[in-house]
Parts: sequence; structure tokens; C-alpha cells
Amino acid sequence: MVPIAITVNGKLRKAHVEPRTLLVHFLREHLNLTGTHVGCDTSQCGACTVLVDGRSAKSCTLFAVQADGSEVTTVEGLAPEGQLHPVQQGFWEEHGLQCGYCTPGMIMSAVNLLKDNPAPSESQIREGIAGNLCRCTGYQHIVTAIQHAARHSGKAAR
Amino acid sequence: MSTSAPVLPKLIGERVKRREDPRLIRGLGTYVDDLKVTGMRHLAFKRCDIAHGTITSIDTSAAAKMTGVEAVYTGADIAKILAPMPIGTPFPSPPHHAVAVDVVRYAGEPVALVVASDRYLARDAADAIVVTYDPLPAVVDPEAAMTGQPTVIHKDFPHNLAVALVPSGTGVAPDYSSIDNSAVDKAFADAEVVISQRMVNHRLVPNAMEPRGVLAHWEPGKDTMTIWSSTQNPHILKTMIAAMNGLGQHQVRAIAPEVGGGFGAKINIYAEEYVCSVVSKQLGLPIKWVEDRSEAFVATTHGRDIIGYIDLAARKDGKVLGLKMRLIADIGAYNMLLTAAIPTLTMLMANGTYDIPAIRTTLTEVFTNKTPTDAYRGAGRPEATYFVERAMDMLARELKMDPAEVRRKNFIKPNQFPYQTQMGAVYDSGDYEKALDAALTASNWKGLVAERDQARAEGRLVGLGLAFYVEVCGLGPSSSLPTGGWEHGQVTIERDGRITATTGASPHGQGNETTFAQMLADQFSVPFEHVTILHGDTGIVKQGIGTFGSRSQAVAGTALHLAGGKVRKKMAQFAAAMLEASEDDIVFENGMVGVKGAPAKAKPFAAIAAYAYVPVPLPPGMEPGLSDEAFFEPNNNTYPFGCHISMLEIDRETGEPKLLKLIAVDDAGHLINPLIVEGQIHGGLAQGIGQAMIEEAVYNEDGQLLTGSFMDYALPRATDFPRFELSATVTPTPVNPLGAKGVGEAGTLGSTPCIVSAAVDALSQFGVTHIDMMLRPEKLWRIIHNHGGGRS
Ligand code: FES
Ligand code: FES
Repeated sequence: MVPIAITVNGKLRKAHVEPRTLLVHFLREHLNLTGTHVGCDTSQCGACTVLVDGRSAKSCTLFAVQADGSEVTTVEGLAPEGQLHPVQQGFWEEHGLQCGYCTPGMIMSAVNLLKDNPAPSESQIREGIAGNLCRCTGYQHIVTAIQHAARHSGKAAR
Repeated sequence: MSTSAPVLPKLIGERVKRREDPRLIRGLGTYVDDLKVTGMRHLAFKRCDIAHGTITSIDTSAAAKMTGVEAVYTGADIAKILAPMPIGTPFPSPPHHAVAVDVVRYAGEPVALVVASDRYLARDAADAIVVTYDPLPAVVDPEAAMTGQPTVIHKDFPHNLAVALVPSGTGVAPDYSSIDNSAVDKAFADAEVVISQRMVNHRLVPNAMEPRGVLAHWEPGKDTMTIWSSTQNPHILKTMIAAMNGLGQHQVRAIAPEVGGGFGAKINIYAEEYVCSVVSKQLGLPIKWVEDRSEAFVATTHGRDIIGYIDLAARKDGKVLGLKMRLIADIGAYNMLLTAAIPTLTMLMANGTYDIPAIRTTLTEVFTNKTPTDAYRGAGRPEATYFVERAMDMLARELKMDPAEVRRKNFIKPNQFPYQTQMGAVYDSGDYEKALDAALTASNWKGLVAERDQARAEGRLVGLGLAFYVEVCGLGPSSSLPTGGWEHGQVTIERDGRITATTGASPHGQGNETTFAQMLADQFSVPFEHVTILHGDTGIVKQGIGTFGSRSQAVAGTALHLAGGKVRKKMAQFAAAMLEASEDDIVFENGMVGVKGAPAKAKPFAAIAAYAYVPVPLPPGMEPGLSDEAFFEPNNNTYPFGCHISMLEIDRETGEPKLLKLIAVDDAGHLINPLIVEGQIHGGLAQGIGQAMIEEAVYNEDGQLLTGSFMDYALPRATDFPRFELSATVTPTPVNPLGAKGVGEAGTLGSTPCIVSAAVDALSQFGVTHIDMMLRPEKLWRIIHNHGGGRS
């Protein structure tokens, strides 16, 4: 067991974990932050996407020990209690989700995308979420949701 | 009528934002893997890595010794507490043990399992089990398997034939007592042109983003089993779990919590569900199993995999005289719940939207050493559509006719509905020409043709495809489903005037919580926020069948509508007593219940509800309370239809196809929420385009799935699609009072033939008339370069 200290959604969390514990399992099983999902075992689907020190990362590709000392934001910590992040709002407004399984990871990737490029074109959006798989939506409403977020996040976010 | 209160908008037909979303976008949805129960143990399977063989030894000693391992079971151990798994179709089926006993028949079949305190440990222990096999030859080609060589997979099925259906269609009595081929033979004798083509509708891996998962919890004190599962039909699960555990249905509660997509692959009741339940019962512990993606690729049912030998007889003017469809379905190693029934839907829909005078179809279902197939979005109907539409397109090409005109010439006409097909279906309603014209207009077909010709003049390989579809939706009636084809709804007006309703249709992304609330809000004229829809828990939802076959709105929506009608009537009776008016004069308006022509008398909806629960005085002849239920049994299926058009370009140097445009016109009857309908169509299109262009389950000759992860199986990404252009025509169904037909599968139907036809069109200069899916660049490149079409 290895001691780690990770700031998750603004709160310092200390724990002892097996070195092989994946960050996604640390979040889900130790911290009960089950909004971050697991959709594959080959790092292709992006359902597990979180922000590590402000950059999007697939939390199934990191060991928890690798995130020691980092700041991690999960979908649960994206907006203050009772509020929605503009990307979350966009997904709601534009029907950017169906079953919702890919959604947290998709939202985190979109947040990262808009950080880098606040006014992306449609093809830049499609490129930006190409690391996230969705089987339900055909992506069109997700693209629209991110466009919605881009239009409305001028003042908020970033 | 109240003049001051804000007027509540009618919600049916509106793009209402989804009720489900606020929890899901904040990561607060609860899927099976998110559940924890005190004392819960983790189960992991050891699966075989060969496709066919006899188990010679299983050594579980190392696994059993590991600290934290609770129990280890082999197939023989499980067979002592669990009978072979039942199927839901009336065909003979070989025994199928949940965990293999003696023989394994596809790579990925479970052979043993462990129960441990932690999920990593369970996996370690499963890996520590050592199994040896005596390999047997594997067969992966269904046409080879039919010869009984090189292997027979199940001993009582000598030619690996699971199902052999004699011809059906023209001249065939319903009981097959007489088969008269003379009409079909004559059609082909009279034909001026005959199209004959072998087509493959290849195997796909459904790949819902949430893999399956189960948590079974036997509570010895209560003698009850609660089973959470990522399933499309918790009520069927409850029935089967009870039966297989020797329990009464009253002892089992099945819960489908948030379910991360299903697409048909979560209809089947799986080995893992049965195993978790019997192990939980035997150990007295809550048992959880969650599928890895690698496991899902082999352990969750696959879809499609039907070969069609298609012959079309026609006159030179494009009129089709006859159709022959010989189908060979590769169902994999075992029959699952609905496996055998799926290809029969291909037969049922053989003639598509066309009035074809003479038809003959035959169907053979074949065992091979592959993962079993079962329903996958569209389930049998996309295959039928693909075969008949590709054949129609080949006919148009042969006759140098416009693809739209060939179809127009053969459509079933609006005045022919209800239309009894030769395959036994009764199409409820349709106006195919209207949808075709709408699609030609929406796509600006003439403009597209000019654009294509211009591109060709520049040396580009651009093609257009058009396809029409009709599908069978809104399943039942009960005669068509072994589970019963009805759906159940219950509506309760709570004491505070809020409405709680339950539905047996357990959604997994369809947004039923929203659409059903829209309906009920309108029915009672209360705010949308005042209506709550509960589902997915047999402890709360009294009865149900499930969500599949585009049945939610048409069947479950109607059940709720009928239940709501009963409650509304009773509420009107209470209101009549309270307001001293006649029941017939009671009106529900803007959250108020009032009397026609006497607006001042109106009382808030909640006040009537309160009175119904404390009825002093109780109106004579009435019971207190406001709650009622309905079972809706449709008298027929519904038959939505539509037209898809695509434009595609193929790179001359690399053979890579790129979809430039996809235009879809869909007619699903009346729509409750067009926003949700669009989402459903987009998703279906993505899966259809995926099949046509990039997705394929590929096995090698040893029966190894070569596309067993997202590294090898191309699940479509956002960059694979253009923006889809959708529009609709509206032809209501008479089958239910809502006029809704269902739309969940529509997108998968028209998309595959329209894309393949576009690819054929793009390469027509090289003399091709048909290309099998998927459109692998290498395949297209060979067509181009074998005909000297490359520039280099
Ligand atoms: S779980 Fe699929 S990429 Fe992490
Ligand atoms: S919404 Fe279901 S996978 Fe994206």
C-alpha cells in the first residue's frame, strides 16, 4: 500500500492504495465519485475522462499513485453546488445525451477543448471529442451542445 | 375559464428538454457498477480462449488458496445448482450451460468463476485457474457449417442447422401444408430482367457504452432475491431468475437502474445474471459482476450476420414481378432468448415497401463457433431492408432508371392500407410516395445529381444512394411475443396533486421520463414538473415487458394514456361532487379543475386531489383515492417508414470512402417530442453508417475474434459523420390512440443500403454492380485499381 494525497474537486483526499490501483477506480471506489465511468479496458472510449491539473486525462490510463500531489476535477466538481457549467447546460439544452454513460467523460473533454479553443468550428469540435465514444447520439447533438456552450461561456468558465 | 393564470402550454409535439439530464450531466446517475451493498463480493469469470474443444482439466487450487477468495466454481459445480438456460423461441435448442461443462463452443465461453472480496483480486484469482483443452476443429463459415464439416457443434444437430424454415410467401399455407411455387416460378419465367445477387449483412458487436453488470442479493431471512442488472427488461429478468432459482415471482425483485444503452443486446437474459443469482443464494452474499469491454466483445450477443441470396424478376419498365430470398443466418454457438426469432423478421419484411405479386423466402439458421447472436438495433429488419433495397437499386441500374422511379413504380399505394403482405404482416398505414417526394425535395436530388456529375467531370469518384424502408415496430401483440406483447402503466394522483406514474417500459436512453410526463401533463393540464415517471424496478412497477422493438411510445405510452384516462374520469367525478356540477361539464385547465361556463367555480387540481383522499362526504358509490392502471394490448404492430439519401466520395488513391451527406425523411406517425426523436434517428443512423462503412466483427478461421477491442473494432467517432439532415412526414397509425409508430430503430434501416448504393454509384464506371459491406478502403481500392482506375 502506498500513501497518496490528491486534491479532488477542491478537497485534499489522503489514502493508502495498492500501487496498481487505477485513478478511475480510486475515484469511483474509494471516493464514491461514480460519475466518472469505465467504458473500456484499452483507453479508447474516454468515458473516464477527468481533468488532472487542468488538462483532460483518461483516468483509466493513470495509476492513482501517478496523480499523487495533483489536482483532479471530476464531473461532480465541475460546477459549484446548485449550478451547471456552461458545457453541462449545453448538453441539457441541446439533448447532447441519451443513456448518459459517455456523458461525464464527453463533458470533461469538451471543457478541455473550449479551454484551448473558445470558439471552435464544427470540425474542430468533432476532432476535439474524437477520443470519446458515444454509441447513442450519433454525436450531432453533442456537437450542437458544445457549440451552445461556446456561445454561452464567454463570461463564465475559462 | 380562468383568465388571469398563465396558460400552460400543450407539451405533446414540443421539443421539451429531458427530465433525465440534470442528474446525468452532473455524474449523479446510478448505473449497476455504481452500486454497493454491505458484504458485497466480486465475481469474475474464467473464459476459454479457444473456439471449440473438450475441457480435459481445470485446476482451481491456486485460485482457491488466495487470501480473500471466497469460492471457486467450475461449470460442473454450477450445473449442480443451475439448469441449462431456457430460450424464448419455439425451436429445438441444444442444452446451454451458463458455465461450460465438458465442451466449449466459442472463444469467450465461461468455464469457471471465482468470488472474492475485491474486484482486482477476483480477476487475479480467475487468471490463476488453469484449464487444459483437447481442441476440436472450429467452423466459422455458416455455409461450410451446413455441410456438417469439419465439425458438428451440437451432437443432435448433425448439419449444424438450428432452424430450417420451409418456403414461405406466395402459395404457402400458414401451416406449410401446401407449398405451391407456381406463382414465383411463373414470375421468373415471365421476367424480362432478373437480378441475382448474394449479399452479406455482416456481423456486428452492439457495444453499448456501459458494459453489462449484475448485482444479485439473496437475503436469507426474507427469502427474497433482489437483482440489479443492466437490462432492457427487468420484468422478464424477474420471471426468469425466479424460475431458474426455484423461487416464486413474489420472491424476486429485479431492478434496472440507470442503463447505459442496450441496442437489443440487453434483452437477452444472460448466463452472468443466472450465475450471480444462484451463487448469491448459495453463499448468502451479495454478488457483483461487471463486464470488462474485452469480455463484452465476446460475452454479449452479437447482431446481424445473415447471408441473402436474392433474386428479383421484373419487366423492362421496372415493374417487379417476383422476389426470391434465401436466407442463411449465422447464429453463433448457441440459441439465446430471441436468437432464432430475429432472422424470421427478415423474412417477414422481405418485400419492404413494394407490392410484389409473387414471393418466396427460405431461412436456415446455422450454428458456428462464434459468440451467439440476438437482437441488435433493428433486429432482422435492417437485413430485410438491405437485401430488398440493394436489389431494387441493382434493378434500377440494370434498366438505367432513376432509383426513385423504380421504387415509385412498385410502392404499395396509400389506398391499399391496411395492406396484407404475403409474408403475413398487415401494414397499418403508409404514404410512401409522399415520403419519397419529401426526401427528393429535402435533398434537392436534381441538384445532387448535377453536383455528382460535376465532381465526376473533375475526375472525382462521387456517388449517390437512395433507399426506402418500412419496419415493424410497436411490438406486440401478444401473439407475436412469447413474453406477451402488452405494456402496463399506472397513474396515481398524489394527495398534493402531484402525479406519479409507472411504466413497464424500462428505458436506457430513450427519455421515457420526459415523453410520458409530457403526455400526462397535457392529459391533466398540469405543469410538466408535477409529473414523475418511475420505471425499471419490479418492486415499484407492478407489471411490464420492456423496452425493445421501438415499442415504448406506441405500446407503453398508450398504456399510460389509458390509465390516465381512467384516473381523469374518477377525478372528474370527485370534482363534480365538490363543485356541484355534472361530471360531463368538468374541465381540466391550467392546473385547475372547473366547470364549463362557470370559471369562478374552478378549484386547484391539488384541492380536488386532497378531497379524493379525505372524501368528506364520500360521494355515493365512489371509493376514495386516485390511482388506476391499464394494460394495453395493441391489435397489430406499427409500420413506420422513410427514405434515406446519401452522397459519398471515394478517394481514388487510397480507396477511402467519405460520407459527404446524409438526408433522412422518417415517418413515425405522431411525435411526442421531436427533439428526442431526432436523437433516436441520429443514433440509428450512426449505427447504420457504422455498419456500412467501418464496423465489422471479424473472425479468423480458428474462431478467434480479431476485432475484440476498440483498437480493432471501429466504433464510429464524431469525425466519421457529416451533419445529418432530417425531416419528417406524418402518417398516424390507427393501431393506438396516440397515432405514434415508434422510431428507435429507423436510422439503422435506410442507411446501409443507401450508402452501399452510393459507393456502387461512385464506382459504377468500373463495372461494379454490388459491393458487400463494410466499405473497407482496401476493397474499394482493389475495384478501382483492378480496372486501371488509379492515377499512378
Ligand atoms: S475507460 Fe475507456 S478510455 Fe478510460
Ligand atoms: S449517451 Fe449513451 S453512450 Fe453517449
